[in-house]
Amino acid sequence: MKTVEDLRKLREEVRQMTKLREGEAEVRVVVGMGTCGIAAGARETLGALVQEIAERGLLSVVVTQTGCLGLCEREPIVEVNAPDGRTLYARVTPERARRILREHVQGGVAIEDWVIRN
Amino acid sequence: MEELALHILDLAQNCIAAGASEIAITIIEDRAANRLTITVADDGRGMEPEMLQSVTDPFFTTRTTRRVGLGLPLLQAAAELCAGGLTIVSTVGRGTTVRVEFAHDHIDRAPLGSMADTLAAILAVNFEVEVVYRHEVDDRVFVFDSRELREICEGTMQHPKIIQWLKEYIALQERLLGGEQ
Repeated sequence: MKTVEDLRKLREEVRQMTKLREGEAEVRVVVGMGTCGIAAGARETLGALVQEIAERGLLSVVVTQTGCLGLCEREPIVEVNAPDGRTLYARVTPERARRILREHVQGGVAIEDWVIRN
Repeated sequence: MEELALHILDLAQNCIAAGASEIAITIIEDRAANRLTITVADDGRGMEPEMLQSVTDPFFTTRTTRRVGLGLPLLQAAAELCAGGLTIVSTVGRGTTVRVEFAHDHIDRAPLGSMADTLAAILAVNFEVEVVYRHEVDDRVFVFDSRELREICEGTMQHPKIIQWLKEYIALQERLLGGEQ
């Protein structure tokens, strides 16, 4: 099912979903996509986030990217920007990314073991 | 990097950092000539000749968070190891084109890897850039233009459900093309 018709159907589905959630607080999830991030697996981390958001219908979550943060050895780095604050996570594998979405973004509880502290 | 597709993602990041509004990615696999050529061209701000000379130097970078820039030097080394090379053409105000070439059958050449994942990653997080992708394998070709997708999606293109659909669509087309995976 990979035709333009399917895509149009999906577009209408997405529109309906978006209408229902208008006005919800937005959470931004930012993935480090510098050379260091990409070499450490950031593309797969980003892919897992997109897939999980699509499957769970988490419409108030927006995924964006940033460059190198100067913590190359701790990539892939993911930042969660929620209304209650900003959290940086280190070495975010696709599996960790899915857990961060479930437990932190959806559940509201940060996973302390993976958080980068200054 | 384990896949050429990851280098392509890294090159696309340079295009975005250069303020590109369009990125043209072309992969040509000519097995009769034993060549694999990748071209990434953008319409970003371009580079002065002095800067162009230093971008393949690992100790040159435009960022301020670390002092080495490994993206282009790594790719250049990978190409030179495989009877190929890397060339960059850039004009200030017009854009930059990076062309990298490999011997197709070279034992040290990294596999192309997943272009579906790379293209989906670019489009998922860059809301204003258009990507024109062309992959030729001998006499077959797959072409994808994000503008066509944007037109069909009418403002919903960035949604993860659409990006996921797109990733699966490209993966299928790439498999049908029968080239490097």
